[in-house]
Amino acid sequence: MKIKGKIHSFESLGAVDGPGLRFVVFMQGCPLRCLYCHNPDSWHISDARFQLTPEEVFEKIHGVLTFIEGVTISGGEPLIQADFCCELIDICHKYKLHVAIDTSGIVSLKKTKTVIEKADMLILDIKDVINDDCKTLTGAGNESCIATLDFCKKINKEVWIRQVLLPEYTMKDEKLKMLGTFLTNYSCITKVELLPYHTLGLEKREELGIENKLSKTSPPTEQDVIHAIDILKGFKKLEDIIS
Amino acid sequence: MKFRDGIWKNEIDVRDFIVENYTEYSGDEGFLEKPTESTLKLWEKVLVLMDKENKNGGVLDIDEKTISTITSHKAGYIEKELETIVGLQTDKPLKRAILPFGGIRMVHTSLKAYNRVLPENLNAVFNYRKTHNDGVFDVYSEEMKKSRHSGIITGLPDAYGRGRIIGDYRRVPLYGVDRLIEEKVQAHKDMQRSAYTEYVINALEEISEQIKALNELKEMALSYGFDISKPANDTKEAIQWLYFAYLGATKEQNGAAMSLGRVSTFLDIYSERDLEEGKYTESQIQEFVDHFIMKLRLIRFLRTPAYDELFSGDPTWVTEAIGGMCVDGRSMVTKMSFRFLHTLINLGPAPEPNMTILWSVNLPEKFKLFAAKASIETSSIQYENDDIMRPQFNDDYGIACCVSAMRIGKQMQFFGARVNMGKALLYAINGGKDEISGEQVAPIIPALKSDLLDFDEVWERFDLVCDWLARLYINSLNAIHFMHDKYSYERLQMALHDEDIFRTMACGIAGLSVVADSLSAIKYAKVIAVRNADGMAIEFRQEGDFPKFGNNENKVDELAARVVKMFMKKLSTQSMYRQAKATMSILTITSNVVYGKKTGSTPDGRKAGEPFAPGANPMHGRDSNGSIASMMSVAKLPYTYSEDGISYTFSIIPKALGNEKKQQCENLASLLDGYVKETGHHINVNVLNREMLIDAMEHPEKYPQLTIRVSGYAVNFIRLPKSHQLEVINRTFHERF
Repeated sequence: MKIKGKIHSFESLGAVDGPGLRFVVFMQGCPLRCLYCHNPDSWHISDARFQLTPEEVFEKIHGVLTFIEGVTISGGEPLIQADFCCELIDICHKYKLHVAIDTSGIVSLKKTKTVIEKADMLILDIKDVINDDCKTLTGAGNESCIATLDFCKKINKEVWIRQVLLPEYTMKDEKLKMLGTFLTNYSCITKVELLPYHTLGLEKREELGIENKLSKTSPPTEQDVIHAIDILKGFKKLEDIIS
Repeated sequence: MKFRDGIWKNEIDVRDFIVENYTEYSGDEGFLEKPTESTLKLWEKVLVLMDKENKNGGVLDIDEKTISTITSHKAGYIEKELETIVGLQTDKPLKRAILPFGGIRMVHTSLKAYNRVLPENLNAVFNYRKTHNDGVFDVYSEEMKKSRHSGIITGLPDAYGRGRIIGDYRRVPLYGVDRLIEEKVQAHKDMQRSAYTEYVINALEEISEQIKALNELKEMALSYGFDISKPANDTKEAIQWLYFAYLGATKEQNGAAMSLGRVSTFLDIYSERDLEEGKYTESQIQEFVDHFIMKLRLIRFLRTPAYDELFSGDPTWVTEAIGGMCVDGRSMVTKMSFRFLHTLINLGPAPEPNMTILWSVNLPEKFKLFAAKASIETSSIQYENDDIMRPQFNDDYGIACCVSAMRIGKQMQFFGARVNMGKALLYAINGGKDEISGEQVAPIIPALKSDLLDFDEVWERFDLVCDWLARLYINSLNAIHFMHDKYSYERLQMALHDEDIFRTMACGIAGLSVVADSLSAIKYAKVIAVRNADGMAIEFRQEGDFPKFGNNENKVDELAARVVKMFMKKLSTQSMYRQAKATMSILTITSNVVYGKKTGSTPDGRKAGEPFAPGANPMHGRDSNGSIASMMSVAKLPYTYSEDGISYTFSIIPKALGNEKKQQCENLASLLDGYVKETGHHINVNVLNREMLIDAMEHPEKYPQLTIRVSGYAVNFIRLPKSHQLEVINRTFHERF
């Protein structure tokens, strides 16, 4: 039987998930339970709104080929459906489309090596550089994420790093310095983006009856963001790639 | 330095002058200048006046004692010493004139709304003089009145100026008025040799009227101290002469849309010469442009509250087409194209003039990025596809109103507003009766066999309703335009046209996405009509899902295209006044709100009274695959069957276009390239935050210049009525968190 992807939704105008205009496929299902997650409706794989073959998904991409430079497979966590991703990448490559995978790196490398090799780049969301804090924040440690980054370095795969700037968690000077030190080890990184925490997903959480442990946390101010970026800019290797 | 000669020397041919003389500019915006001291001072004065106007309920002052003509008012100024370009519609800025020949009733209603009364001596004029409006109602049939009342045909220009005529205002600076008069006199003489048929007599009278108007134009300019009988000598004069010509038109006609045409590249020829000769500096030239644009921002007409409800925000549609490609392969982007857009920065955003970029994938990259940047910063620009219009209209066309292309000085249209297709579908389901009044408006249509709607059955009846509607619609328009020509002829605007005019009968439809989704629901899901005691389907129950317009799904997109083709074909088989050619637009302006209010529940699940989507837009919230999918659905609508334009409004939050400004500009330019390649016709671009609009509703004083694009034009957000503000806010904002 043909493999079917469990899919949350599509975005035909993706302008922030990889270079240029992109079609974004949001896969369903994620093992993490990040405190700030604003798409909790994408957690359970059984809630998928669409079950489609890679060809059927490509139909949708094909319809907007004139506009796009590439495709980003995001989620949820796309790499729990690694086989599906592989097939979709193959089809995209036939049409010379650049493919990015937007992942937290939570899935073990054993299962994801082939997809990572096939993809043109990874957008890797490092939740927290400190393993224990990562567990508090997401419910899982960061070992697999780091292994994924190591692998990208080894095969020289382009990576964009993301991190959510969350007051009291990731938004601490010393932690940002640790992040900076850590990232300078990886020459495969071409961009680092700090995403300020926002509260726009709160309603969705409430609707689904999920407790909000961040109810007392307010989003970083513009100054906070500039300050955080400045800390990372202090690292020579990151100077030009941080935003 | 002399201009390069060409055909234009011997006959009136502005295009030839432009093509022979313009200098394409493919550089960036680095040369642009900031506003001068006097520009800032002058603009400050205008802002104060506009603020007063707004606080005064939208109208600052009215001269109800003078019937406006080209020469009716003495010269008026904002502050004479500061103005480099002069001329006002009346003796004071923002003072509105009365132009009663479209319809005296409309003048009475408007004056009443602002607690004024027409003086008895002026009122008496209309005991002896008929208006366009009187003429139309002398010939309207009962059926026409009924359809107008039920709202299946709405917005007809039967009580006000039809507008949508673009005089070739460039002819005045290029040739001087005397030469234009000479040509008209010659045309009159030539025609005198023909047999005096109705056609010839009509043409002779019109040309005579045109000559009178040209003479009055000279007189008006003289009152400001300018002799425009001879050609303009430099940039300042060219702008001034051109503006006088446009101003004259607005003193004589309060047309629904008084568009400017395509003047920037024409004017650039003068400024290139002045720069080269050292006559003016870049800063001086930008000052002339800023002052000119300021004047265009002051154009006002007196309207009724009912009119305002239909076309909100006090629009005048001073549409200026910028850019595009020349048929010889060069782009028509010049430094002046940049200067015009730069006024949005120098003076801040504004709805008027309606800046329209004729986009081609071949436009210079730097101009594309500059336009995208101006769009992101001001939300004041609309884009139209030069690559699909140029083959049809050549390279010297302009846009009347929002989306209507026409060759400048060679073509005009009979504006026909639009019919309500959503209602037409309901008539098909309800045997030709109006779903709100219960009245039999259309002829009796055979009843449906079952309340479970069958696609073929519904389509067959819809087709019958459209047969009736197309005939009635064109007949009404014939009556309207016959009377407009007779009682409110646009003398000056037509004087700035050739004698031999190509005319279109510009019809329109509203509610396309409602109809497409309704047909899709009937075809791909189950729709059951819920009828009241009189057998009228007042609600519809849907079972199952169905494809919705706006998701790039062929199943439903094809239904939308099918409706467009079907109705256009029916229009084109009718007999048209003055041998006009029927065309159609998919455009609502802001009337989508009023249309929705007057239409019962529809089979797609839209409830009675809810607004339609504007123009050709998908219904709010039903486009769930992002805006490129939405654009694709619209782009697939066949332009060849909707040559008067297909309007699409696109709103996005800045962050969804990219994280940094540069990236946002590049992405927006790529989006526009993609849309144009996919043969999309028109796109309004709003780059705004929803939160800002909500804040502007609550604190209008903080956002005096906040401009947003709605179907085909731009408005000052704080001047929209609350219902429209809410509609704009609720409309799909393409955003992703």
